[in-house]
Amino acid sequence: MGMKSDIKLIDDNGLRIDGRLPNQLRPIKMEVGVVKRADGSAFIEWGGNKIIAAVYGPREAYPKHVQESDRAIVRARYNMAAFSVDERKRPGPDRRSVELSKVISEALTSAIFVEKFPRTAIDVYIEVLQADAGTRVAGITVASLALADAGIPMRDLVVGCAAGKVDGVVVLDLNKEEDNFGEADVPMAIMPRTGDIALLQMDGDLTYEELTNAMEMAMDAAKEIYQLEIKTLKGKYGGDNNDD
Amino acid sequence: MTTKFSEGVVAESKRSYIHKLAKEGMRIDGRDFDETRPIKITTGFIKRADGSALVELGDTKVLVGVKIEPGEPFPDTPNLGIMTTNVELVPLASPTFEPGPPSEEAIELARVVDRGIRESHTIDMEKLVIEEGEKVWVVFIDMHILDYHGNLFDACGIAALAALNDATVPAERFGFGEDFKLPVVHYPVPVTFAKIGEWIVADPNLDEESIASARLTVTTNEEGKINAMQKGLFGTFSYDEVKKVINRSLSIGKKVRSIILGGENGEEN
Repeated sequence: MGMKSDIKLIDDNGLRIDGRLPNQLRPIKMEVGVVKRADGSAFIEWGGNKIIAAVYGPREAYPKHVQESDRAIVRARYNMAAFSVDERKRPGPDRRSVELSKVISEALTSAIFVEKFPRTAIDVYIEVLQADAGTRVAGITVASLALADAGIPMRDLVVGCAAGKVDGVVVLDLNKEEDNFGEADVPMAIMPRTGDIALLQMDGDLTYEELTNAMEMAMDAAKEIYQLEIKTLKGKYGGDNNDD
Repeated sequence: MTTKFSEGVVAESKRSYIHKLAKEGMRIDGRDFDETRPIKITTGFIKRADGSALVELGDTKVLVGVKIEPGEPFPDTPNLGIMTTNVELVPLASPTFEPGPPSEEAIELARVVDRGIRESHTIDMEKLVIEEGEKVWVVFIDMHILDYHGNLFDACGIAALAALNDATVPAERFGFGEDFKLPVVHYPVPVTFAKIGEWIVADPNLDEESIASARLTVTTNEEGKINAMQKGLFGTFSYDEVKKVINRSLSIGKKVRSIILGGENGEEN
């Protein structure tokens, strides 16, 4: 984190530059089944983020040497469109997206019953079309929706959410300005049913109390987002329907 | 890092043994759960580098060299120096490392070490300006793995800090006045934990790492602040486990820090 700035990120009334309270999420909208060609797909608008995810598989893993004899491999690919950020991003993977793809793949693997599909690959493509901070947690959230849409058996949906610190205040779900000029960011993903933490990263400068406050804030909000995910899936598949 | 190929097979046969030991509070190499392997640090190992450290963490061996050269500042930070971090998992260090462009493991490793140093503001970047907006010092931290026996995150983090602390800005060589010691003002130390069954051990060795379900690295500084975290692998942690790991990292990190600083600037425990 880290550039210093003269911008005041929390006003005298304790409100943030976009008018939110410290523990308030940005508006979130979700939709499933947006890529007809894929086995499962979803779209999320989260604040200014617009992210689409599609799932292909389980399908035979290629090249063959990547196959695991006792489980499926989960290959998430986090990719930012060149036009998704203010200054054009050079297309293709950079070091950041390689790392994010890795931690997202690992987090999704923990949720999927991979042992049911030996020698296969489950490919999860996450395309960030418009970025506004928190893309990895929005990305993993929309990816888990796409996996559910593909009918892939999972222990639970994986819900991402971040918290951090700006102007000395622990806040939920940082926006772009807060991310650029804030003091810390703690992206997490959990499986809300059990509270298991599947993704956890942190950068910045936090005391133990601040860090635990931030984590608790993110985990509480994840439960809220979880309900939205369930509602979105029920909207497509019906609540009492046992078909799927 | 990767647990594929031959190491995976060996790991499978050791899994039950390591689990059985853990149940009794023991580890395969006789350490306590919070005990790191012996740490040996040799600074100034590479004379051609502006700072260097060879670190042995048990049998894991890494060499970090720091090179410092003048360069252009980033447009949005005209009054700050620059640092970059890179790791090479050279095939000499392990049968599982392959030549070629950096693997995702190498990239993650470099970025986690980078985050600890960057976010703790280890280097006073404002002191690395030669001419504002035109020329600043660029600090290259290059990490070379020489022998891989588990837990590269901590070995690299320790070696990077020791090498930075050893570094001199070579101003004379480039005609910018007198050499000066690289201004290192914070001391972040990563401590990595591996989850084995329901047990969580610090500084996993290769055997432990190869059967771990989840990994968590927590980087803390000398003020007791947390600067970076990174969870890895396919398993999960509960929130209680994470809180305990952070606390354990704070106390283990303190001990490791005093070893890195050789007692000079280190906290006395």
